[in-house]
This record gives sequence, structure tokens and C-alpha cells, in this order.
Amino acid sequence: MTFERRSVALGLRDSLPIAVAVVPFGAIVGLGAVQVGLAKLQAILMPYLVFAGASQLAAYQLVSVGAPVLVILATTTMINLRFTMYSAALARYLTDLPRFWRFFIVFFTTDQGFVLALHRFEAEDPPASKRDYLLASWLPLWFTWTTSAAAGALLGATVPPSWHLDFAVPLVFLALLAAALRDRPKLLAAVVGGTAAVVLAGLPLNLGMLLGSLAGIAAGTLVEGGSRRRYAPEADR
Amino acid sequence: MRPGAFWLMMLGMAFFAYLFRASFLLLGERMTLPPLLRRALDYVPAAVLAALVLPVFVDLGRPWAPADTARLVAGALAAAVAYRTRSVPATLAVGMGALWLTVWLLPGA
Repeated sequence: MTFERRSVALGLRDSLPIAVAVVPFGAIVGLGAVQVGLAKLQAILMPYLVFAGASQLAAYQLVSVGAPVLVILATTTMINLRFTMYSAALARYLTDLPRFWRFFIVFFTTDQGFVLALHRFEAEDPPASKRDYLLASWLPLWFTWTTSAAAGALLGATVPPSWHLDFAVPLVFLALLAAALRDRPKLLAAVVGGTAAVVLAGLPLNLGMLLGSLAGIAAGTLVEGGSRRRYAPEADR
Repeated sequence: MRPGAFWLMMLGMAFFAYLFRASFLLLGERMTLPPLLRRALDYVPAAVLAALVLPVFVDLGRPWAPADTARLVAGALAAAVAYRTRSVPATLAVGMGALWLTVWLLPGA
């Protein structure tokens, strides 16, 4: 197998700063898993196979309140539905790749990796080899993130409960939430979603979080009305 | 969590995450997402994260305890830092620091 040098160099250069930046997030995902009572092996394995941090933290939060698996799957599926947007935007760049590489590389899709790839592929001088660019930019993110999650799981198993490290999970949610509040309809979605989840917290099967989320999404979508979408790459072609 | 439930959760999550990541390879790149779904997806992070995080700080179902005050104070400080910096490490540092301090200061927390 040969690699195209410039594509690999671009991929590495783009991804390495982000690969370092995701270390704390990965560590919290590993730590959060053992804090809610998962075994070390489970906490280490899950990031490798699922590789979707926000949905994993949501799952751990729901595990900690004893929600049933179906509710966990419904909530995390909703969170991960955004990957279909990334797939829609990137699929046309992957058509030249052999089938194996196409289906292999998309496993490593992340929010940050998607942004990097779309930026490069739409540029004046895109990488000559899409495959090599994606391998060089997406695999390091997977490697550092899963490794830091494993480290977090091993470390978290040795920390006594008096350190309250379980609190780190909602703190990460707070930071991600702040970044998501980019305009008024999003703020409304958050206020409605959060309030509904608090009010509905007593519902059986811990359905409150799921129903609260759906209420928030509905509120934001309705308020936005018919205005043009902020980001719709394939609609432009 | 029972082992059976864990495996169902993990394999289910892994399956759906991969299915969505590969969705347009399977559908063909000429397909598009329904506009309403695209719009709704835009609100998923804000709504879901708020629904996950707020019940951690406000629980109407049981009497207030000193530990709740510690979490609420630390959470409010962390929220302010999160909003100003949008940084995960800064939010973690301030939130954990504030929690340790309030737990140490508050009797019974």
C-alpha cells in the first residue's frame, strides 16, 4: 500500500492539535463510565466500538439513574442522528474510493473530523488522495481519544467517591451546551428541553430526559419557522 | 447495570452510530435528508444537553439537602465559565474546584 505524501501531511497537520485537545474529553468519558458502575473492561471497550463521546456520556448519565436500555438507546440514537448530516455532505467525495475503504473510514467520523475534511475537500487544491487525508486526520483522533478514555477508566477506578468525580460528566455537558447556544431558537430549545426534563423527572422508565429533549427540539424547530438553513452543503449543488 | 443490559446498550449504540455514519454510502449520495429532519437536527445538541444537565442540578422529587446546594453553586459557577470560555477544561477546573470548596465549607454536604 502506498500513500500520497501531501494528503497524509495535510491530514496529520490538521488533526494533531485537535487530537491533543480531545484528551480531557476522552478521559472524562472513561472516568464517567466507571463512576456509574461499569466494569473497567466495559468502560475501556465502549469508546473503541461506539466512538461517540456525547452519546456515551448521555448513556452513563442515564445508567446512573437506572433508566432501561431502550430509553438509553432512544436518547443516544437521537444524539447520534447528526452523523447522517455528515454522511450526506461527505458521501460524494468518497465515491472514488474502493468499497472497503469507504465503509472502513466512515466508522471514524467525528464532529471535528467532519469539519476538517469538508474544509479541505471543498478547497481550491483538495488533497490528491481523499483516503489518505481521511486516514491521516481521522485515525489520530480515534487513537488519542480512545487511549485517553482507557486511561480515564483506569484512573477513575482508583479514585474514592469522596472526590465527587461523577460531577465531571454534567460539567462536560455544561461546556458542550454553552457551545451549542449559538442563537435564540437554540436557547429556547435548551430552556424548554431542560425545564421539561426537570418537571417530568418523576416519570416511569426515566422518560423525562427523552421527552424533555423532544419538547426542546420541537420548540426550536417550530420557532425557526421557514427561514433558510444555516448549513446545507448539498443543497447548493 | 447487569452485564446483559450493558452489552445490549453498547452493541445497540455501536450499531446505530455506525449506521448513521455510513447512511449516505448505503442510500447513495444523490439522496438528501428531509428538510424538516435537517432543521430538527440543528436543535438536538441544545435540547438534549439541557435535558440531561438540568435535572442533575434541580430535583423537584425529594427534599433539598446540603449536598444539593454544593452542586447547584458549583454548577452555576461552571455554567458561567462555560458560557464565557466555551472550554471543556476551564469548565471542569472551575466546576470541580467550586464543588470541593463548597463541600468543604458546608456542614453536612
